[in-house]
Amino acid sequence: MTDTALTTENLAVTYTGNREVEALKGVSLEFPANQLTAIIGPSGCGKSTLLKSLNRLHEIQPNVEITGDVLLRDRSVYNTDEPVPELRKRIGYVPQKPTPLPLSIYENVAYGLKIHGRCDSKDELDERVETYLRKVNLWDEVKDRLDAPGAELSTGQIQRLCLARSLAVEPEVLLCDEVTSALDPISAETVEETLADLKEEYTIIMVTHSMDQAKRLADEVVFLYLGDLIETNDTRSFFENPQHERTQQFVTGHTAVEYTESSEESGADSETVPAER
Amino acid sequence: MEGSTDTAASEGRSRLGRRLLTERLSSYWLQGAGYFAIALFAFIVLALLYQSLPLLSEYSLVQVLASSNWNPAENEFGFLPAIVGTIYVTALTMVMGTPIAILAAIYIAEYAEGRTKTLVSSFIDVLAAIPSVIFGLVALIVVVPFVGDYLAPALGSGATGTGIFTVSLVMAIVVTPFMISLAVESLEALPDELRESSLGVGATKWETIRIVLLRAAGPGIFSAVLLGFGRVFGATIVPAMLIGGQTQLPSSPFSTGQTLPTLIVNDFGELMSIPLTQSALIFVGLMLVVIVWLFNFSAMLLRRWLQQRWQY
Amino acid sequence: MDRYAKQRLFGLLARGSAALVVAVMVLVVSVTIFRGGRVLLTDPAIAVTPPGSRYMLEGDGGFLHAVLGSLFIVVPATIASATLAVSTAIYLQSDYSSERFSDVVNMFLNVLWGTPPIVYGVFILTVIIAVGAQTSLFFGIIAIGIFQYPIMTRYTDEALRSAPDTVREATYGLGGTRFETALMTLRAAMPGIIAGIIMGFARGIGDAATVLFTAGRSTRMPAGLFEPSTTLPVLIFDQAMSFNAEVRSHAYAASFVLIVAVLGLIIVSKLLAGRYARFAPGGRNS
Ligand SMILES: Nc1ncnc2c1ncn2[C@@H]1O[C@H](COP(=O)(O)OP(=O)(O)O)[C@@H](O)[C@H]1O
Ligand SMILES: [Mg+2]
Repeated sequence: MTDTALTTENLAVTYTGNREVEALKGVSLEFPANQLTAIIGPSGCGKSTLLKSLNRLHEIQPNVEITGDVLLRDRSVYNTDEPVPELRKRIGYVPQKPTPLPLSIYENVAYGLKIHGRCDSKDELDERVETYLRKVNLWDEVKDRLDAPGAELSTGQIQRLCLARSLAVEPEVLLCDEVTSALDPISAETVEETLADLKEEYTIIMVTHSMDQAKRLADEVVFLYLGDLIETNDTRSFFENPQHERTQQFVTGHTAVEYTESSEESGADSETVPAER
Repeated sequence: MEGSTDTAASEGRSRLGRRLLTERLSSYWLQGAGYFAIALFAFIVLALLYQSLPLLSEYSLVQVLASSNWNPAENEFGFLPAIVGTIYVTALTMVMGTPIAILAAIYIAEYAEGRTKTLVSSFIDVLAAIPSVIFGLVALIVVVPFVGDYLAPALGSGATGTGIFTVSLVMAIVVTPFMISLAVESLEALPDELRESSLGVGATKWETIRIVLLRAAGPGIFSAVLLGFGRVFGATIVPAMLIGGQTQLPSSPFSTGQTLPTLIVNDFGELMSIPLTQSALIFVGLMLVVIVWLFNFSAMLLRRWLQQRWQY
Repeated sequence: MDRYAKQRLFGLLARGSAALVVAVMVLVVSVTIFRGGRVLLTDPAIAVTPPGSRYMLEGDGGFLHAVLGSLFIVVPATIASATLAVSTAIYLQSDYSSERFSDVVNMFLNVLWGTPPIVYGVFILTVIIAVGAQTSLFFGIIAIGIFQYPIMTRYTDEALRSAPDTVREATYGLGGTRFETALMTLRAAMPGIIAGIIMGFARGIGDAATVLFTAGRSTRMPAGLFEPSTTLPVLIFDQAMSFNAEVRSHAYAASFVLIVAVLGLIIVSKLLAGRYARFAPGGRNS
């Protein structure tokens, strides 16, 4: 079948602050290359924790302990002499909250290129910035105000800007944490379309709160529950033929909730789902 | 029965009356207090201005600001040496203090964890609370000999140890803790997503701090620096103890000098009897207020602009 | 230099800067404590002995006058100023004034906060000259009080603003008047307010420039409200410049007393303030 971009081996994460929390209890997974994997599960089940531990972003907070390992193309992410930023260049991360850096639109995209010294000339940089802004379908909206602060865009545009910023350093894997959850339905849809375009070229691992979104976008689905991996399968089998009782409950129960919720928010959203089936 | 309800009702009425009276009287008092800050400021400026008039009617503003002759006994009032001294001290202090303050704030906000962090920040709070006269006193036996015996000779200057450089060094110590705690507050107020976003594209910790965090916290850090600036600029006791008090244009960082506040301290007592001197020294006070005011105002504008430019 | 070397270098610089600041703090405190402690240990009486007639020249007697002067000036000043500051802060809340008015007042408070203490000294001196009085305890109180006022007002304002809205709503719901509601909010914000008042007290007791020309720089025991007096910081300032070694050594003893007082106040206010956010001057409104 397809080759594997990222593998976790018995990955366990514990927060050792005031209250000890076992956020991940030994998860072994394979993330196929050039596919979109969705991580789903009730909130607090460790989705963000799993995502961040893939490129060691959890390390910025104190009191986290981690065991097990992550392999990027068969090379350990944790037991290596390579500086962590080099790793994060290969495994990019887009946070849940749309976060522009305190820079202009142009500089937001150029940020990674500049720090990695990817471009020798201004022309080359301009070209790359344009390429990636086009890739996230943002170029036409911002081409006249590239020098404006990134924060002046709408949240949906900011989220696409964040995608462009991450893509510009050409990561092999892109980690997206509920990137549409803070957006209004229309912006969410544009971001979703962008992700759908991108999954041809990149390995994307996406946490999502929406079952429908997972159905629409994902090639593979991973279901976490209370820090345990319950089930992983290709999207079709996962939803049509869940193996575990827990998954079954979650899929059916959750879908019903999701369905009413999204039909309240936007009619278009919920109508497309049955149509796709 | 009926009588007692009546008394109760009238008692209730008078109680209510008392409460309403309290409400009315208190609101007069509170309103007065509310306007006090404005009134106080206006009164200070007017009083200082009024008392400066004798000097300003005798000499033009340009004359007193641009002349470097300060000799009140001879009725010569040139503020230039003190102005230059103030600028010298303020600039040197900020040059020495600001980078240290910002770096230390970065350490506390971004590197230190757990108990170390608590310990270091409380040390800095203590340092911020020590009265400046104590810094001056300790400097007299620590910094003055160090500058006079080692630093100045090493740099080929025959200074005695008191002077502009010494004052600046000590003032840097006085203001850094102050700037540090404000800068730490603005760095810690930043959302973790900023750090994650920057690190998430492969930036190093330092790149994240320099390009992202310092900008995002920029308006706050800017205020911190500005507040420190105001403190140095109006500092009185430390310069009066350590600057040497010579009213001439300073020729090097090690030379003795005068700042605007020390001018007041050194000349007030004895020369009060000469009316113009009194007026001249009160005019110094007026200058300090006006400059502080201008600074606050332009800081407000600049801060707004930075906030707009570096929003996240 | 590659990025990682740079990262290490600046990490070290940040660490070093913090270490430097901490080292300076330890140096200043320990010099004061040891020097002053030594003087006080050999002659503890100087802290509670009135000065002799030639105190500033030969150091006979002690500096009780300055200790008392500090107390007699700063305690009344703090009480008066705190009363006014709390009143102002109450008036700045939304029940009494508009957003715009409180913004304007806050701007003035910021300016007053940033005004150098020496200016308050000079200002009070012009008042003294204008009314033909002499420098005295009374004018020292006024000068320190004015100096403390913006500090305490901004702390109190902050504390009142962060008091939970439910307190206000509940009191109004019970039919309370505006004033009664304000008192209730005041009670809810008390820890923050007390911390602010202690802050003001600490700043007041440590400041010399405001009292230098207003309280009189006297070398006698304070004799009355309208008699000249002095405070510890002013005394230390004068002693430090003395030619007599014994007088200079008394400066350390006086500093010891002062630093212990200030550190004690800081600890108390830390304990009280607890988790109340410290207020950044110039923060929200400028
Ligand atoms: N920094 C932290 N410190 C302590 N506990 C944490 C921290 N971050 C997350 N947790 C806990 O770990 C568990 C998993 O969190 P998270 O990965 O954010 O869940 P999800 O993204 O699936 O909602 C939760 O119970 C959460 O409370
Ligand atoms: Mg999450």
